[in-house]
Amino acid sequence: MKEEQAVLLYILRRVLSAISVVIVTLVASFALFFFAPTDPAGVICGPRCTPERVADIESSLGLDQPKVEQIALYMKGIVAGREYSTGGVVRHCDAPCLGYSYTLGQPVTKLIAAALPVTVSIVLGGAVVYLIVGIMAGTIAAQVRGTSLDRFVVGSTLVVQAIPYFVFALLIALYATFLPDSGYHPFLDNPFAWASGLLAAWLTIGVTNAASYTRYSRASMIEALGQDFVRTATSKGISRRRVVYRHGLRAGLTPVVTIFGIDLAFQLTGAIFTESIFNLPGIGLLTLRAFNQYDLPVLMGGVLIGSVVLVVMNLVVDIVYTVLDPRVRLG
Amino acid sequence: MSDQTPGAPTTVTRVPRDPSANEEAYLEVNDLQVQFPTADGLVRAVQGLSYSVPLRRTLAIVGESGSGKSVSSMAVLGLHDRKVARITGSIKVGGREVVNMSDKDLEGFRGGDAAMIFQDPQSSLHPYFTVGNQIMESYRAHNNVSKRAAKERAVDMLGRVGIPNPRRRVDQYPHEFSGGMRQRAMIAMALVNDPKLLIADEPTTALDVTVQAQILDLIADLQRDFGSAVVFITHDLGVVAEIADDILVMYAGTAVEHGPVNKILGQPLHPYAWGLLESIPALTGDPQPLHPIPGSPPSLLAVPSGCPFHPRCEFKDRVPDDWCTTLRPDLIPRTADLGRSSRCHLKDPDRIFETEILPRLP
Amino acid sequence: MTETTTPAKSGVRTVPGAPLLELDGVKMHFKTKGEGFLARRTQWVQAVDGVDLTVGAGETIGLVGESGCGKSTTARLITRLLEPTAGEIRYQGVDIAHMSERQLRPYRREIQLIFQDPYSSLNPRHTVGTIVGTALRTHGMVAKSGELSRVQELLEVVGLNPEHYNRYPHEFSGGQRQRIGIARALAARPKIIVADEPVSALDVSIQAQVMNLLESLRSELGIAFVFIAHDLGVVRHFCDRVAVMYLGRVVEEGPRDALYQKPQHPYTQALLSAVPDIGVVRGVPPKNRIRLVGDVPSPVDPPSGCRFRTRCWKAQDICATEDPALIERAPAQRVACHFAEPPAESILAETA
Repeated sequence: MKEEQAVLLYILRRVLSAISVVIVTLVASFALFFFAPTDPAGVICGPRCTPERVADIESSLGLDQPKVEQIALYMKGIVAGREYSTGGVVRHCDAPCLGYSYTLGQPVTKLIAAALPVTVSIVLGGAVVYLIVGIMAGTIAAQVRGTSLDRFVVGSTLVVQAIPYFVFALLIALYATFLPDSGYHPFLDNPFAWASGLLAAWLTIGVTNAASYTRYSRASMIEALGQDFVRTATSKGISRRRVVYRHGLRAGLTPVVTIFGIDLAFQLTGAIFTESIFNLPGIGLLTLRAFNQYDLPVLMGGVLIGSVVLVVMNLVVDIVYTVLDPRVRLG
Repeated sequence: MSDQTPGAPTTVTRVPRDPSANEEAYLEVNDLQVQFPTADGLVRAVQGLSYSVPLRRTLAIVGESGSGKSVSSMAVLGLHDRKVARITGSIKVGGREVVNMSDKDLEGFRGGDAAMIFQDPQSSLHPYFTVGNQIMESYRAHNNVSKRAAKERAVDMLGRVGIPNPRRRVDQYPHEFSGGMRQRAMIAMALVNDPKLLIADEPTTALDVTVQAQILDLIADLQRDFGSAVVFITHDLGVVAEIADDILVMYAGTAVEHGPVNKILGQPLHPYAWGLLESIPALTGDPQPLHPIPGSPPSLLAVPSGCPFHPRCEFKDRVPDDWCTTLRPDLIPRTADLGRSSRCHLKDPDRIFETEILPRLP
Repeated sequence: MTETTTPAKSGVRTVPGAPLLELDGVKMHFKTKGEGFLARRTQWVQAVDGVDLTVGAGETIGLVGESGCGKSTTARLITRLLEPTAGEIRYQGVDIAHMSERQLRPYRREIQLIFQDPYSSLNPRHTVGTIVGTALRTHGMVAKSGELSRVQELLEVVGLNPEHYNRYPHEFSGGQRQRIGIARALAARPKIIVADEPVSALDVSIQAQVMNLLESLRSELGIAFVFIAHDLGVVRHFCDRVAVMYLGRVVEEGPRDALYQKPQHPYTQALLSAVPDIGVVRGVPPKNRIRLVGDVPSPVDPPSGCRFRTRCWKAQDICATEDPALIERAPAQRVACHFAEPPAESILAETA
């Protein structure tokens, strides 16, 4: 079989299995939220509530329908869209419809579509910071292993890691007043405003994660630089820089990629602290609010996004791995 | 490779070596010391090692783990980290001093005039780059040529070391090669710049015996073609007998016996060499009981006083005045034959070998 | 089945008159994933494919061959760390090939294994006394009160200082660690020890010490050995009989001297001829060497007929179509080759 064909077939197979994982997650969380012995309609309705109003909410949420039908309806909404009625008004919800938030009075899809770019911007920007800082610091420390510079680097990572993440975020929010005010401006409207509004969040995520990435890459590079093939490369007469950055880093980075993929997936499901402290309306804030107000449709939407992101990131890591390491065969 | 005809095995006849007159040394090691300061103390890995190898000759360095055979050879290519290793003495390759050579000069020297083959071809080749890529990198580090020309050279070298289908193989990764083929590729990479000195560090230890035989033949053939000086590090005396002209037996960081291979293996004069010969079971004749050396090799953190071999030596009682435990013997000629030397206080080692050791050899 | 007796104490059943250990058509095929997308067929690695072997009480049999020939898999089958795909493994006439872990317990005591790497096979967190003592307790060999003295006795037998029972494996050298492994195997008073490359990780001088120890155990305790090694000299030194394996099968098997002096299978001849010989320097005339070309084929898809035919200079059409049986070609010497014959001149250089 041709190499490219094999890769395509592999991706196809993985996408199919990813879809089934997402469906299983959906059904499971549906069961968790909707079969739970709680009274969602009552919670939504609030303390001053009439039985008529509860019944209205229940019917609009579909809670009066059989459970299986509820799930089917939800699925149908994702694929083909569906109708909602609130207080007698029927609203259409286009596919992919993830439900309708009564507390916010908006379709969940729209809410998530607004929040997702915020979280993605925060997380990716932060990742750029911690990857660059962490890998550089780790690689340098690995090369001067045992010297005072190495001890300084390792010591700093310990200090940073000892500070709780939210404390660090608070410190930046309170004391780094020289930074531009944080807030979210869409990238396409004004890239400069986008970047300056996110700078504080990037710094927070960047610095706190850079500590662990420094340690990962240091350990990984020390191992890589001790490998026989690095000695072989040295014996060929190529420069030390080429030995370290071409031969060593290539092997040393591979394990870091795996960790990065998983970290990224978790961060994308919502950087709750960063978002709340810097007041950035991302997925984290959205789901946190939904949790407090028992906004089931939004929570479900958050779960769905989370599982999709996790599955996709896993797939991406596996594919990147096969690109990095030719010994890993797809299958 | 299907150049064999049914009915007749592919055979190789080993040509006895020409014990040619001494030529000028290409590699000259003089009073080499390699030490590693550690938290537990100073590791004296190599102490006062001297030897030389002319072009077209093979020196085998023999010893057990911790004897300093690999450490000393890595020093020849300047492969020790100077922050970790303390190296003194002199290593001259083609007249150039390697000890204290600048990093820049070392880069031009390594892989050019002097190249190295390592023990385990599986771990010594980079798993993420194609075999061709790795050979090309070595070639282009020393020759200002295009990628295309370097690739042609890589294909050429792979063919030369007996890899079938080199044009296809050049684009494959090391894991797609068998163990023997990987070691061939490693040899191709070492020889790509026509080195005058080749250091082979246990190149066949990780290989099966039939593959080992192929690789030994290959190294011998290539040496004939390239005319290089070869330092062959091994613990296998059988391999030494097959491939080497001269042999240097190392123990606890020093040479204990040095000379032409047929003399040293035919009539060794050092008790450690006797012990090695008596430890190897033979393939022919009546199996004799093995007569192993008692004890184990010393720690290089605390090398014994006097002769480092004395705690394991059965003959130290025959030397008067506790010399063996107090006085370190020199590496000097022990017989009328000036071409060989050994480091031992015994007065009549040749007689002891003839009368006591030889009869019980397998 | 023949009548068996059950000795009350050990729980090991025996068939009177049966040899100590017999392998009969033993196969071990490992599953592996094949290529392809929808029709991904399962492939089988034929690691061991029909091995017959007999070991008498107190006998030592050597298994030689190159990597991938199945000798280590055979070791793990004999000790029943693996359950064979097919065939019988008879211990004193009783088939243990498919016994449950519970049924196996008494047999596990009598069949012990020594590993190649003495370090990774010893738990670094346990003292030597615990390691050997555990083996004693597992098999209920001694009363609690006698345990320490028995441990010390065993340490002495393998040439270690009995006072060192409370030390940890890392405090010992490689050769000493191998001795600890041997002491642990001896704790169970086995009748047979399977030694998988027991000396190949050791330096030459240490290797000879351990060889001598094994030698004395064999002669003094009468333990039978299945001795696996790639070093043909070591095997010759230690074994009464030798079996040569290639690609999962025994291709030649016979008494030591016959096999080394008059090997009849082309592979055995090539293998012996490839061993570098120190005799050259003592004036022994250099010998002609047989050089095998190419690599060992994949055990997933071995050649039809004779498995060695793809690298054999004697191969004819019949070799591709007919699988040669392992038949007796000389007294007690069995060869699996259509064209088996002793070499015209000695493969090994004769010492003068």
